[in-house]
Amino acid sequence: MEVFLTIVFFTIFWAAVAKYGPILFTKQPHDDLVRCIFLLTAVVCWLFWLCCYLAQLNPLLGPKLNGNTIRIIASSWGNPIKEG
Amino acid sequence: MGDMFRSEKMALCQLFIQPEAAYASIAELGEKGCVQFRDLNEEVSAFQRKYVNEVRRCDDMERRLRYVESEMKKDEVKLPVLRPEEEPIAPNPREIVDLEAQLEKTDNELREMSANGASLDANFRHMQELKYVLENTEGFFSDQEVINLDVNRKLDPEDPANLPGAAQRGQLAFVAGVIKLERFFSFERMLWRISRGNIFLRRADIDGLVADEETGRPVLKTVFVAFFQGEQLKQRIKKVCTGYHAAVYPCPSSHAERKEMIKDVNVRLEDLKLVLSQSADHRSRVLNSASKHLPRWSIMVRKMKAIYHILNFFNPDVTGKCLIGEGWVPTNDISTVQDALARASKISESSIPAFMNVIETNEMPPTYTRTNKFTNGFQNLVDSYGMASYREVNPALYACITFPFLFAVMFGDLGHGLILLLFASWLIIKEKQLSSIKEEIFNIFFGGRYIIFLMGIFSIYTGFIYNDVFSKSMNIFGSAWHMNYTRDVVEDENLKYITLRPNDTVYKTYPFGMDPIWQLADNKIIFLNTFKMKLSIIVGVIHMIFGVSMSVVNFAYYKKYASIFLEFLPQVLFLLLLFGYMVFMMFFKWVVYNDTVEGPLSPACAPSILILFINMILQGSQDTPEPCKEFMFDGQKSIQQVFVVVAIICIPWMLLGKPLYIMIKRKTNGAPPPKPQSGGGEGHGEDDEMGEIFIHQAIHTIEYVLSTVSHTASYLRLWALSLAHAQLSEVLWNMVFSMGFKYDSYIGGILIYVFFGAWALLTVGILVLIEGLSAFLHTLRLHWVEFMSKFYEGAGYAFEPFAFKTILDVSEDD
Repeated sequence: MEVFLTIVFFTIFWAAVAKYGPILFTKQPHDDLVRCIFLLTAVVCWLFWLCCYLAQLNPLLGPKLNGNTIRIIASSWGNPIKEG
Repeated sequence: MGDMFRSEKMALCQLFIQPEAAYASIAELGEKGCVQFRDLNEEVSAFQRKYVNEVRRCDDMERRLRYVESEMKKDEVKLPVLRPEEEPIAPNPREIVDLEAQLEKTDNELREMSANGASLDANFRHMQELKYVLENTEGFFSDQEVINLDVNRKLDPEDPANLPGAAQRGQLAFVAGVIKLERFFSFERMLWRISRGNIFLRRADIDGLVADEETGRPVLKTVFVAFFQGEQLKQRIKKVCTGYHAAVYPCPSSHAERKEMIKDVNVRLEDLKLVLSQSADHRSRVLNSASKHLPRWSIMVRKMKAIYHILNFFNPDVTGKCLIGEGWVPTNDISTVQDALARASKISESSIPAFMNVIETNEMPPTYTRTNKFTNGFQNLVDSYGMASYREVNPALYACITFPFLFAVMFGDLGHGLILLLFASWLIIKEKQLSSIKEEIFNIFFGGRYIIFLMGIFSIYTGFIYNDVFSKSMNIFGSAWHMNYTRDVVEDENLKYITLRPNDTVYKTYPFGMDPIWQLADNKIIFLNTFKMKLSIIVGVIHMIFGVSMSVVNFAYYKKYASIFLEFLPQVLFLLLLFGYMVFMMFFKWVVYNDTVEGPLSPACAPSILILFINMILQGSQDTPEPCKEFMFDGQKSIQQVFVVVAIICIPWMLLGKPLYIMIKRKTNGAPPPKPQSGGGEGHGEDDEMGEIFIHQAIHTIEYVLSTVSHTASYLRLWALSLAHAQLSEVLWNMVFSMGFKYDSYIGGILIYVFFGAWALLTVGILVLIEGLSAFLHTLRLHWVEFMSKFYEGAGYAFEPFAFKTILDVSEDD
């Protein structure tokens, strides 16, 4: 569900960029060049984001960390090591 | 902004102009820059053309202008820089006469002053040299008198035999003059030889440099006096002096006369100095006065000459009452041209207005794409590969975004992108000031400032996605990976590394970009490589599909509907069923295989897409241990077989479809059909031999099939350069900047400062400039070869309108 919402959010975001970008950017929003530029920008940025998101959606391998790195992550990223 | 989707419609226009209005008409068109004139008199030699005399007059004026300009350079007179709004229009015939007279007057005045100045300078030099002679020979004569006295003293007054000898020795003569120091020594030897040693030569160097009479260059000179006996020897010595270009000056032997002469020479020198000074002042005033007008005059003459050059393209009609010219005009600019002609007719008060007809023609028009300062750089990139055929789809429109995006996929780093963005912003903000710089390398960057700007923006975006800032990551949304091991496990000395397992340590997916933990992981490269390779193929295949689809637009426009079915359809099917399917498998693998289940969809069972693809093509198979399955989903084997069969069918479809269609059509039509009106594209195909058509199509088919495979592999450079860029950045950080963090106290602070400087220089020099250039060139190749080869013919020629602006720009570069 969260995955679905994230994808929907970003899709709507880039669709909005494609649709409303020309209006905000220039006084001639119907100019073909401007519309083409914003549409292409939205498509390539959305595609790039989507590939990165899906690649991490179901990772097939995990990160390999050494002890020092784990301790730094524990203290810096609010990711404490469990006692035991 | 213009429509860049395809090149502008062009019309071949015929102009009818009254001879008295012709000059003004061409002048107006030159200001507009909308017409590319055709030479209707190609067979006529340059010297037989109608306006050859006018062109010669312009040449003459140009020669005078160059002379005046060279004189200004000698005197280091600065020419004012004309602002664009100050640029004069082409002069009208009355102004031409005035301008010619003015130039002639200035030219003659300068030449006369130069000649007079040269004469005065020569006089001045002679007087100075004479003065040097008179001053320096004072010592010579004193010495000589001493010698004479000694000689006289030794003689016996009582001996009558010595009287004639004594008288002769007292009659010593001399020649005095000035010679170049570098020639003096051979001059001396020559004198000794001709006099067989019976000569006495004295010399005194002149201080400082003196202007040489022949060349004007400063040289060292020396004053000499030669003492000798006999008139015969005198003549020979003077000949030698002439041969050595030594200036001989009259010099009285008595002290009193010399003193008088020096006084006289000084007076004349003062007079000459005054005259020279006044001449220099006058010359300076003339040059300064002319320099105010020279830039305007240069432009006016150049425009004039260009106009007459174009008028020589025109033909007089049979009645001799008007001139006929032809040229290509963008259809959108026809009204502009007509307005210009009307204005010119009014200016020249012509009784009959000039007018213009549009002619139908089968010729291929030139290609003209209207650009602005933003799109100009991208259009130049495309035109470098080949000028688009007339009305062909223009890839530059899409390159405005795809070019910087593909660059950013390779270059992706937020920090480096920011550097590019700042540099480009400086170029754009300072646009007006910087546009006057003429340095070549700078102009390349300046011309591409909007390309660099977009490359910077997109690199920042891809830097966010890669989560890479000078090789470091940002943790904005919180890492998705959580530590699930206990402290005992973490602190176990036997375990150097701990690999987190996705199954029980992933809480959520990092929403925007790469999870920051990967920057810290030791197996980062393995993970990023799989991601970036898939990304490269996905982007590449979509880019190529987009390119193939562009050919439909071309086919539709050129009304080659059969090619849509016979060329485009098999091409796109081939690409989609093989490589599009590969892309599908990549997405499928990302979504379906995960570490939360056991069995066929677990990570251990995830198949290699490359191996699957190869087995698909070669109908191979591989053993898979239980519980894994060879295929990703049920029925995949059957689907793959169908895809391969259809793809293989597409090859003879591409190969034979079009030639067979042409063959059948020819049999049906009987005679070859007339050439299409557009005249563009594959026009030659209508008349070629069938054999050639088959061969041509075979070459195209082989090229397409092979290039689909190799171009897909070619897009992997997106991954390769991205990997190289990221690793170089990390090496720079670890090997250079990090060194500064290893020391404590004040020394550490100083070392950080030093290492930061080194790191910054290397970052800009290597990672931004060299790596940036590398990524740029690879992006260029991906566009030229991988993308544009799918649809682009590039068989057109550029529209080069008659425009004063272009002519003046070219002249300035010379």
